[in-house]
Amino acid sequence: MYTENLLWPKDLIDLKGLSASHIIAILDAAESFKEISERRIKKVPTLRGKLVVLFFHENSTRTRLSFEIAAKRLSADTLALASSGSSMAKGETLLDTAKNIEAMAPDALVIRHSASGAPSFLGQRLNCPVLNAGDGAHAHPTQALLDLMTIRQRKGSLTGLKVAIIGDIAHSRVARSDMIGLKILGANIAVAGPPSMLVKGLAEEYGVDVFHRPEPALEGADVVVSLRIQLERQSGRLFPGAREYARVYGLNAARLALAKPDALLLHPGPVNQGVEMTPEVYQSPASQILEQVTNGVAIRMALLYLLVDNPDLVRDGQDA
Amino acid sequence: MVDYLIQGGRVVDPAQNLDQIADVLIEDGRIKAIGPNLTPSNQPRILNAKDKWVWPGLIDLHVHLREPGHEYKEDLASGLKAAAAGGFTQVLAMPNTSPPLDEANLVLGLLAKAATLPGAKLLIAAAMTRGRAGLELTEYEDLKAAGAVAVSDDGSWVADGQVMRRILDYAFVAGLLPLSHAQAPDLAKDGLIFEGRVATRLGLTGIPAQAEEIAVFRDLALAELTGRPLHICHVSTHKAVSLIRAAQAKGLKVTAETCPHYLFLTDEAVGDYNTAAKMNPPLGEMADRAALREALLDGTIAVIASDHAPHSVLEKEVEFAEAAFGITGLETTLSLSLELAREINLPISRLVTLLATNPAKLLNIEGGHLGIGAPADLTIVDPTLEYVYEAEKGFSKSHNTPFNGRKFQGRAVLTLVDGRIRYTCPLVTF
Repeated sequence: MYTENLLWPKDLIDLKGLSASHIIAILDAAESFKEISERRIKKVPTLRGKLVVLFFHENSTRTRLSFEIAAKRLSADTLALASSGSSMAKGETLLDTAKNIEAMAPDALVIRHSASGAPSFLGQRLNCPVLNAGDGAHAHPTQALLDLMTIRQRKGSLTGLKVAIIGDIAHSRVARSDMIGLKILGANIAVAGPPSMLVKGLAEEYGVDVFHRPEPALEGADVVVSLRIQLERQSGRLFPGAREYARVYGLNAARLALAKPDALLLHPGPVNQGVEMTPEVYQSPASQILEQVTNGVAIRMALLYLLVDNPDLVRDGQDA
Repeated sequence: MVDYLIQGGRVVDPAQNLDQIADVLIEDGRIKAIGPNLTPSNQPRILNAKDKWVWPGLIDLHVHLREPGHEYKEDLASGLKAAAAGGFTQVLAMPNTSPPLDEANLVLGLLAKAATLPGAKLLIAAAMTRGRAGLELTEYEDLKAAGAVAVSDDGSWVADGQVMRRILDYAFVAGLLPLSHAQAPDLAKDGLIFEGRVATRLGLTGIPAQAEEIAVFRDLALAELTGRPLHICHVSTHKAVSLIRAAQAKGLKVTAETCPHYLFLTDEAVGDYNTAAKMNPPLGEMADRAALREALLDGTIAVIASDHAPHSVLEKEVEFAEAAFGITGLETTLSLSLELAREINLPISRLVTLLATNPAKLLNIEGGHLGIGAPADLTIVDPTLEYVYEAEKGFSKSHNTPFNGRKFQGRAVLTLVDGRIRYTCPLVTF
């Protein structure tokens, strides 16, 4: 199912390199897995006897919970490693930790890491599939996929949609993965943020329009993705202050009205209400933020299925 | 000691405008005669250099040999042996060791030890400031008396302009070449690679080209203020090249070096977080590469140095953000330089100037030429020998290089240091 004639990589590090067919296959799989979460007994035996290690070297609540729920609904065993209290805190290197995890013969490793590139580093050195749950400012492919799923559910297709991404693009792995995924599915993208939150080469690298004010990006948008501002970065270097940011870049009813009347509002969460958006906007009918969370479980179930226990899957050096 | 007669090679010595097929006679560790068909009175060992190039021994103006403090990465024995294998007869070691080389005793100790080792000769750049902290000058007269030939805080820029001004004055009077690692730390802070499209793609904090440009500009202004010589290390950006060219046109005594990796690679070499392409200054863009090549052709950059910076897997097989900056280079610099010369039509005498003549002149040391009576430091190059470089099989203790597995044409096949053979390439018989 889903994967006929598609070659799948061993790992999911980034959406780069995936075709539209791959992404559609993942979204289609997620749609069918979503139904499981609506049953009275929310569990299928698909990954029974499989071990999924959740290695979170950076704080995360929702992504870790989402992966854990996804694995459990597929009947996999899960093992959560957090960085604090684990051997990483005792000076063990990432390579050492990875080799030790490998020795426990997991069937998949889910990793969240503060350093860009850490999942790729592990993917190159481990035999099991590695799923990137967010690395530094590099990539957050499962978040992007759940965003794509949410948009597709409401809009049918992404081709030709205008998507506005507002906020700290520079430090956002969500923005990078969203831009790649949206482009693959044919959307047009406008990003906006203060200059310190944009980086060189965005337009060339991602094929997006870049603005320093939110208004032109929002104008006529079908979808608005608001990014979380990390308030701890407010040291006077990245931005002068949250209050001013909210005034110039925050989404309020008037700004959101620049988008199409049926525009969708997405945010990777958690939302700083009053900064990225007003509480009214957060609770408005446009807001898909809780739907994103629901879809996140379905996307992660689909990926675990596709990369861990996909009978159609043939990978380099492995038997089917 | 054994005397040698190097027969029939193409002898190139820019210092005496020499480029001809000739014999070189070596007696008592010094050059005795150069000329066609020499007939020595005694019985020297004959080295057949037909179809090979006979050059003054190469001098690397920028290496990190890690002793004392980080001998697991490199030490004098392995580093000086790797140097000889790369065709170098003298190397200038940077002082960012542990402890840093900021006292005469440390310089004396290292030089004494190196003198007993069978490899290239050691030259020392002592620390410019105490503890390399950029605040107080070290004792230049003492360091010079101990044998240091340059001062540097390599790895850090002396950010305090007043301190740098004093450094230029004192280094000049003491007869030490001041080397600047020109990079403004505030702009480079937290940076991992060049600030450009690759950094954006990989989600890595960038180091803007202006970090180098600003520091070079300040250093040049102080060279003008003091009227003293100044050498800028590992120039990596086209912006810095333009500034240096303009300063030289004004008559400032400013020289500069660049490294093979900046002449061949760009930030694209970082690829999928390849830590073997992580160095400081970072690999720039094609415009930088092109400007650096141009600067070699027009003489703005006087020296090619390796910036040999060995690191073990402990520093390199880690998350990209955690990985140490730097790559090895002693065993690849000559082959890369030969490749470059072919690519940009750099005359061979210019190449020798960049790798031997100029480094010796800048440091005011013996060597760098084949004059009668000079120490017999010679590098014999086979310009056509093809080989695949395998870092694991090299002499350096470390293997952190983006050039591992590269196919080369041309390399050093024999290195003579003070008349002693310190390296013979196993692929060649003499």
